[in-house]
Amino acid sequence: MSTESEASKITPAAPGWDFPGSRAGLGAAVAWTRRNLFSSPFNTVLTVLVGLFLAWALPAMFRWAVLNATVTGATRAACGGEGACWTFIQVRLPLFFVGRYPPDERWRVLAALVALIGFCIPVLREGHVRHRGIWFALLFTACPAIVGVLLLGGVFGLPYVDTSLWGGLMIDVVVSFVTVAGAIPLGILLALGRRSQLSVIRGLSIAYIELWRGVPLLTVLFMSAVIVPLLMPNGVTADRLLRAMIAMVLFNAAYMAEVVRGGLQGVPEGQEEAAATLGLRWWQMQALVVLPQALRIVLPGIVNTVVDLFKDVTLITIIGLSDLLGVVNQALKDPAWLGMAREGYAFAAFVFFVCCYLMSSYSRRLERRLNRGHAH
Amino acid sequence: MVRRPSSRARIAQWALLAALAAVAWRLGGNVADNLDARHMTFSFGFLSDRANFDIPFRIVDWKVGDTYSRALLVCTLNTLLVSALGVVAATLIGLLVGVMRLSDNWLVRNVALAYIEVVRNTPQLVQVAFWYIGVLQAMPPLRQSIALPGGALLNIRGLYLPTLHFAPWAAPVAWGAAAAVLVTPLVWRLRWRGRPLGAKALVLPALALAAVIASVAQVERPALRGFNIAGGLQIPPELVALWAGLSMYSSAFIAEIVRAAILAVPKGQREAALSLGLRPGQILAKVVLPQALRIMVPPLTSQYLNLIKSSSLGAAIAYPELFSIFAGTVLNQTGRELETILILMAIFLTISLSTSAFMNWYNRRVALVTR
Repeated sequence: MSTESEASKITPAAPGWDFPGSRAGLGAAVAWTRRNLFSSPFNTVLTVLVGLFLAWALPAMFRWAVLNATVTGATRAACGGEGACWTFIQVRLPLFFVGRYPPDERWRVLAALVALIGFCIPVLREGHVRHRGIWFALLFTACPAIVGVLLLGGVFGLPYVDTSLWGGLMIDVVVSFVTVAGAIPLGILLALGRRSQLSVIRGLSIAYIELWRGVPLLTVLFMSAVIVPLLMPNGVTADRLLRAMIAMVLFNAAYMAEVVRGGLQGVPEGQEEAAATLGLRWWQMQALVVLPQALRIVLPGIVNTVVDLFKDVTLITIIGLSDLLGVVNQALKDPAWLGMAREGYAFAAFVFFVCCYLMSSYSRRLERRLNRGHAH
Repeated sequence: MVRRPSSRARIAQWALLAALAAVAWRLGGNVADNLDARHMTFSFGFLSDRANFDIPFRIVDWKVGDTYSRALLVCTLNTLLVSALGVVAATLIGLLVGVMRLSDNWLVRNVALAYIEVVRNTPQLVQVAFWYIGVLQAMPPLRQSIALPGGALLNIRGLYLPTLHFAPWAAPVAWGAAAAVLVTPLVWRLRWRGRPLGAKALVLPALALAAVIASVAQVERPALRGFNIAGGLQIPPELVALWAGLSMYSSAFIAEIVRAAILAVPKGQREAALSLGLRPGQILAKVVLPQALRIMVPPLTSQYLNLIKSSSLGAAIAYPELFSIFAGTVLNQTGRELETILILMAIFLTISLSTSAFMNWYNRRVALVTR
C-alpha cells in the first residue's frame, strides 16, 4: 500500500467540480489548498502575486461600491465622502429603464415584457415542448404585434405614445427583439440562398453577407440615419427608431446567415436525399426536414449572436437615440450631478452584464447538452 | 405553365434579379429627386477642396486648409494605428488570459474566468466610455501628473512617453539593424558542420538592439514646464481609451479561442512531451502552442476583423479616426451624405478584405500538410 493511494482514499479526487468547502474537514481543506494553490514553486509565486493584487483591488472596490456608498436621498448633497453615489442612479431609475415614457402608462411596458417572456419560455425551455415549432413561429409574429400594440398604443383605447418618448433599457430590449425577429428569417433565407444551386441567388446571397460583414455596424446605423431619407420618395419620412431597427435587422441577418449555414452544413446529406426520395419539394424538404435539424444544432450560436447584438444596440446612442447608455450619457451632463461617470457606467455595465450573462449561460448549458447528445 | 423544375427555378431567379433591379432603379430615382430638391449633384469632386478643420491627433502632417483627400489619408492612418495597436495588445492579453484559464492554480484560473465573463458580457461602447470618461478624464491635472516607471507621465491630457533622440550616425545603424533582424530567420536555418545554427542566430537581433541602444544620444523625459509639459511624446487620452477598450474587449474573446485551441490539441502530445522530459513551460511553448496556433487562426481572423471595425467606436469619444471625422466633421461641412458613406464603406471593406486575405494566406502557411 503506497501512501498515495491512502491519500486518495481520504480525499477522493472529485471529477471536475471541486471547491473549497465542498468536502468537510480541515485536512481536506489543507489538501485542497496544497493541490490547487501551492502545487509547485511557480504556482506558489503565482498565487501570492494574484492574491496580493486581489487584496489590493477588491477591498478598495468593496469600500467604494458598498461600505462608503450612499443610496438614500434625492439630491447631490446627500452624497458625501469618497464612496459611490448610488443616489444618482436611484433618483433616475425609471428614466434608465423606460426613458420618458409617461408614468401613467408604464404598466404597458411591464405587460409587454411579461408577454415577451411568456412567448420566449416555450421556445427556449429545455426538454420536450409540444408544438415548439408553432411557438417559434408565434414568437416572431404574434408576439411583436402584441408588444407593438402595447408600447405604441393608439388602438383599443390605449393612448398613443410616440417613440421619441421611449428610452433606456426598454429601447435596448425592443430593438434587440425586433432585430432577432427580423434577422432570423432573413438569415435563414440568406443561408439557404448561399447553398443554393441557382448561381444568381447564390451570388446575391454571398455578396449581401460579405458586404454587411465587411463594414462596421456604425456605418450601417449612420446610413439608416442619413441615407435612408435620401432613398425615400419626397415627403415620406420614417421614424428614426424604426430606421435604426431596419438597419440592425439588415446588418445582423448577415451574421445570422453564417451561423445558420454552419447548422445546415451539419445536417447529413442523406437527410436531404431521403426527403427527395419521399417526393418532397425543395421548400418542404428545407422547412420540414433540414431546417428543424439545423436550427437545433445552431441554437447556442444563435443565442450568442443575440447576446452580441444586444450589446451592439448601445451603438444607437451615437446616432442620437437614447437607449440605456444614451440616457446615462445624458444624465452625466446634468449640471447638478457632475462627476458621476463611474456610478453611471458601473450601473449600465451591471445591467447589461446581468442580461448578457443570463443569455450566455443559457447558451452554454444548451451547448453542453447538445454535446452530450452527440457523444452517445 | 413551365413544368420542368430546372427551367422554373431559372425563371424564378431571373425574376428575382429583375425585381431587385427595379427596386434599385426606383431608389436611385428617389435619390436623384431628393438631391435635385437640395440642388446637389453626386460627385467626389469635394475631395480636392480645402478642409477647414483641425485633426487634433495624427501621425502624418496635417494643417488646416489641406484637402479633404489628405484628411482621408490622415484619418485612415489613425484608424490603422489604433487597430494595429489593438490587435497586438488583444493578442498578447488574450494569450495570457487563455493560458491562465487552463492553469492548475485555482486562483489564477478563476481570476481569468471572471475577467472573461465581465468583459464579454458588457457592451464594448460602455467599456470605451468608461475608460475615457470614467478613468482618463478623471486623471489629475497637469501639475499633479502621475509619474509612471520609466519617466512617463499620466494626466488629464493623456499619456506622455519619453522620446529618444538619436545620434547623427544613427540612420545607417538603423538600416543595418533592420537588415540583421530580417536575415535572422535565414541564418537560423543555416547549417554549420551539418547542424543548423538555430538559437545561435539570435546573436544578430541582440547585436542590432545593442547598436540601436548605443546610437541613442539622449533620452528626453517629459517634464512640467510652466503651464505645459515639455518634451516627450504625447498620446492623447482618446487614443489610450480606445486602445484599452478595443484590446480588452477582443482579448476576452481571444482568450476563449486560445483555451479551446489548447484543449483541442490531443492529450497524447502533452503526455509524449512529458515523457521526453520536457518542462511544463517547454511543453506549452514547443509542443502545445504551435499546434494550437493552427486551430486558432480562422477564429482569430474574425476577432481581428471585429476589432478593426470596432475602431469606429472612436466616434463616441472623438478620437479622430475615419468614422468620426468623415461621418461627423466632413459630413457637416460638405453635406455630402452619399459620397462620405460610400467612401467609408469602401475603405472599411478594403481593410477587412485585405486583412482576411492576409490571414487566409497565413492560415495556409501554418496549416498542417497531410500526405
